[in-house]
Amino acid sequence: MKKSKLFTKLAKNNKRFQKGDHQQGELAAGQKNNNKEEYYSSQWKLIWKKLKKHKLARVSLVILGLFYFGAIFAGFIAPQGTQEYDGEYMNAPPMSINFWDEEGNFHFRPFVYGLASERDPDTYRKYFVEDTNVKYPIRFFVEGTEYKLFGLLPTNIHLFGVDEPGQIFIMGTDGMGRDLFSRVVLGSQVSLSVPLVGVSISLILGLIIGGISGYFGKWIDVIIQRIIEIFRSFPTLPLWMALSASIPPDIPVVQMYIYIVVIIAFIEWTGLARVVRGQFMSLKNEEYVLAAKIAGVKNAKIIVKHLLPGIFSYLIVAITLAIPAMILAETAMSFLGLGIRSPATSWGVLLQEAQQIDNVALYPWKLIPLFFVVISVLCFNFFGDGLRDAADPYKKV
Amino acid sequence: MNTKEDFGTPLLSVEDLRISIQQDDHVLHAVDGVEFQIKKGTTLGLVGESGCGKSLTSRSIMQLNPKECETQGQIVYRSEKDKGLQHVNILDLKPTGKMMRSVRGKRISMIFQEPMTALSPLYTIGNQIMENILIHRTKNKKEAKQIALDMLNKVGISNEEKRFNQYPHEFSGGMRQRVMIAMALSCNPELLIADEPTTALDVTIQAQVMELMKDLQKDLEMSILLVTHDLGIIAEMCDEVAVMYLGKIVEKAPVKEIFNNPKHPYTKGLIRSMPKLGGNKNRRLESIEGTVPLAINMSNQCGFYDRCTQRIEGECDKQRVPNYQVNGEHSVRCFLYKNEMEENGHV
Amino acid sequence: MSKQILNVKNINKEFKVKSTKLFSRPDPVKVLKDISFDLYEGETLSIVGESGCGKTTLGRCIAKGVEATSGEVIYHSDADKQIDYLHMDKQEFKQFRKDIQMIFQDPYSSLSPRMSVYDIITEPLITNFNLSKAEVDKKVSEIAEKTGLNASYLRRYPHAFSGGQRQRIAIARALITQPKIIVCDEAVSALDVSIQAQIINLLIDLQKEFGITYIFISHDLSVVQTISDKVAVMHLGKIVEMADVEEIFNHPKHPYTEALLSAVPIPDPNVEKDRIILDGEVPNPANPPTGCEFHPRCPYKTDKCISERPDLTQTDEENVHLSACHYANELHLKGVKIANEGNE
Repeated sequence: MKKSKLFTKLAKNNKRFQKGDHQQGELAAGQKNNNKEEYYSSQWKLIWKKLKKHKLARVSLVILGLFYFGAIFAGFIAPQGTQEYDGEYMNAPPMSINFWDEEGNFHFRPFVYGLASERDPDTYRKYFVEDTNVKYPIRFFVEGTEYKLFGLLPTNIHLFGVDEPGQIFIMGTDGMGRDLFSRVVLGSQVSLSVPLVGVSISLILGLIIGGISGYFGKWIDVIIQRIIEIFRSFPTLPLWMALSASIPPDIPVVQMYIYIVVIIAFIEWTGLARVVRGQFMSLKNEEYVLAAKIAGVKNAKIIVKHLLPGIFSYLIVAITLAIPAMILAETAMSFLGLGIRSPATSWGVLLQEAQQIDNVALYPWKLIPLFFVVISVLCFNFFGDGLRDAADPYKKV
Repeated sequence: MNTKEDFGTPLLSVEDLRISIQQDDHVLHAVDGVEFQIKKGTTLGLVGESGCGKSLTSRSIMQLNPKECETQGQIVYRSEKDKGLQHVNILDLKPTGKMMRSVRGKRISMIFQEPMTALSPLYTIGNQIMENILIHRTKNKKEAKQIALDMLNKVGISNEEKRFNQYPHEFSGGMRQRVMIAMALSCNPELLIADEPTTALDVTIQAQVMELMKDLQKDLEMSILLVTHDLGIIAEMCDEVAVMYLGKIVEKAPVKEIFNNPKHPYTKGLIRSMPKLGGNKNRRLESIEGTVPLAINMSNQCGFYDRCTQRIEGECDKQRVPNYQVNGEHSVRCFLYKNEMEENGHV
Repeated sequence: MSKQILNVKNINKEFKVKSTKLFSRPDPVKVLKDISFDLYEGETLSIVGESGCGKTTLGRCIAKGVEATSGEVIYHSDADKQIDYLHMDKQEFKQFRKDIQMIFQDPYSSLSPRMSVYDIITEPLITNFNLSKAEVDKKVSEIAEKTGLNASYLRRYPHAFSGGQRQRIAIARALITQPKIIVCDEAVSALDVSIQAQIINLLIDLQKEFGITYIFISHDLSVVQTISDKVAVMHLGKIVEMADVEEIFNHPKHPYTEALLSAVPIPDPNVEKDRIILDGEVPNPANPPTGCEFHPRCPYKTDKCISERPDLTQTDEENVHLSACHYANELHLKGVKIANEGNE
């Protein structure tokens, strides 16, 4: 609902822009200011210029950049690999990184203390305390488990780590003694790429189907719209369950990943198709499209040269706003056990451990992945907002 | 043509009105020292091309300009009907205050170019006319409805009982403009601001609406500020004309004087470049070369300098052009007349 | 008399209407009814009328921007060949596409905001001809000079131009294929007076230079008087009167033309106007009146007008003067005196 409102607003403003950005027009007309760069700028340059002025979008873009950087170099950044675990350190709390030891001496190289396990005399529950006698200085570019950088280059260098036999868990560990930070970083590969791939698939579907529907209209449009309506009226949760039930349980991770993406894209494309259709319908009545027709330009070329560039700014906005929905969808599916399964990981899988209330109460750090989900969704939304404002040619930021 | 004495004090005087708009990296001086008076019961035409500041000027009287506009100067309103408004500077009033609200809609009302967007599609037109009446004239619903029906009848909408309960989309463009006029006049305003009231209408409908406005003006003894780009409408409707160019009034005179004896090169060019019906089937129009520059970083140069065929180099591009009084009520802002007439008014 | 270039014969255009009832199919609205006229090379035919009379649709049908429902448009192409292109398919029509171009009313929506001016102007050229880059560049700079555009600004985007300059760009685009016929759909209505005069002059100059034939669609009779040779008055999808411009302005033979002429505001306060104010509004084309479709607003109507529909007929022995009024020769309608003392 909210989205559709945004688009009507955008559409209105775009109209206004085309009707008369008088001031700019006259600016050029005047003798002064004749060579302002703006006049040679395409829509894209103008959008980028305005986007740069949007603070929240800029900050979001930086954070998202960091996240994706982390996902690309996940194996390098994470101290542990996917398969690693340490039965000694189950449910260990996040470790503190220290510069001063208990005697107050400053260490130039930060260090972590060793962990000593103790047992609660009443409940017999195992818990960890910092053993201040053992210090493990943090070292950078240490050797650790083998992994493949970008899935290609085999290496065993990790960004940071501590000497054997120490361990470093800056976000604590899970119930199997796996480092949560490593899991979050490795999980981001899935959680942050699923929406991108999913959006690309639904974009292709949306562009083709929505484009056909909007440009040709008439009975084609009626049929496609009814189909979209049927798609949209399926309740999502049972649909997910049904679709993932049809996936064999013991398939490789990569295949699983593809299935998940396809399921999500399959549900989300309808929204993009509607945006494309609506925009095509209004643009095809613009006089410049008629002018191209009268110039003898072919239908396909009209679509590619006149209509598509016209809706690009809407599409970009629609895409950035569709991504958060996909992040949430993937998280929800994995959380419910319908998606990625261990030992492969994603933020949703990590949150599975937070399903029981006592788990959360005793080991609150298990909610940390949630924080990453929220931040990335927020950033995408803010970035989308910024883009929308920037794509609105009438607005001066 | 009536003379000044017949009208006494002006109903509205705009003095040294300046409106500037802050844009990205510059200030746009959209209105730059405009002044004019509207006398009781007369029509002043404000004519100029798009972007000359005529709409901003008219809207500032109602304080309807967007927030980015910085407005300076005085708009003095002297109401006869309202003791509280015998002599107020409209720009001193709070835009949303009580005083302003009693000016807006009651003493001064406005009609716009596009009657479709000015009416709400959600309410019947009866409802929309009554709204204004209920705020300003009477609290009695029955009475208000009667006034509204009378008003509809007055603007030439027949079958008003039925029309009263219809929605704007059931009206054609001309009819909607009539409804707008009925709405604007429902509280017997002293001043009607009409911003391009007939531009969106067909000629035959335009003729109807113009006729209607003239009749109603006589009936209700109101003044009209008519903002338009069409000299034809000016010639038919107005008593006095102010020609605006680039935020300034370049020439001001009674209507016959403007057409018979235009002084400013811009006014002359405007009249000449207008295709006229009748006379020679002249195959070429005289046009004003170039386009309107943008009002940024205005030097002292006359705004029309670049397009003017009679410019005096070293003078028109160096000094601010003062207002010269040609005779009685004819003034012009052009150096060509500095030797003939004495200087008058603000520089 | 110069040679004919276009014969428009009985063009009809219907629009389907969405049904308000579930199963019934309403009659289509007829926007153009049996429009016929001949066009001669190098002349300007103006089509005037109020909004909704179908003049824009007619222009688009002739330029083949929309498909007409029925009729013929016979085009006399160079080799003295006559072809009816109205129902030709795209492939066949392609060779004639370059000959018929169009200029639109709104210089803001008629130029794609995402293309540079250079791309906009060259699009028809590249689509219709096979030219090298150098040839295209040469053509563009020629056309830019002719239309008064500064060639060094062509890499800019339309948002950098004012309304008048945008209309020049639109004219350059229409002109670049060297068309024989240009349909100007309210080409100057959206412009300011001083700019309007520039563009009208430009159109006239271009016509003289290239011998272009214009179909000039406008609601503004004063502009029409300036530019046209012939005028056709349209009312509710029909031509109700057609003649040479002097003839039709001096001696209108249809009450609608008379009313249109008298409604034009004259920029001269010394002229006393004796105005015919029409009652009411343009009737709804979906539900046209019986008999003469102008009768509900006609000050001269009789019972015959209500029951019988007049045809467009020749009313004058000397001049071509067609009128669709039962009383075309009986009524002595008031026109506007114009004389042909142009600078020719």
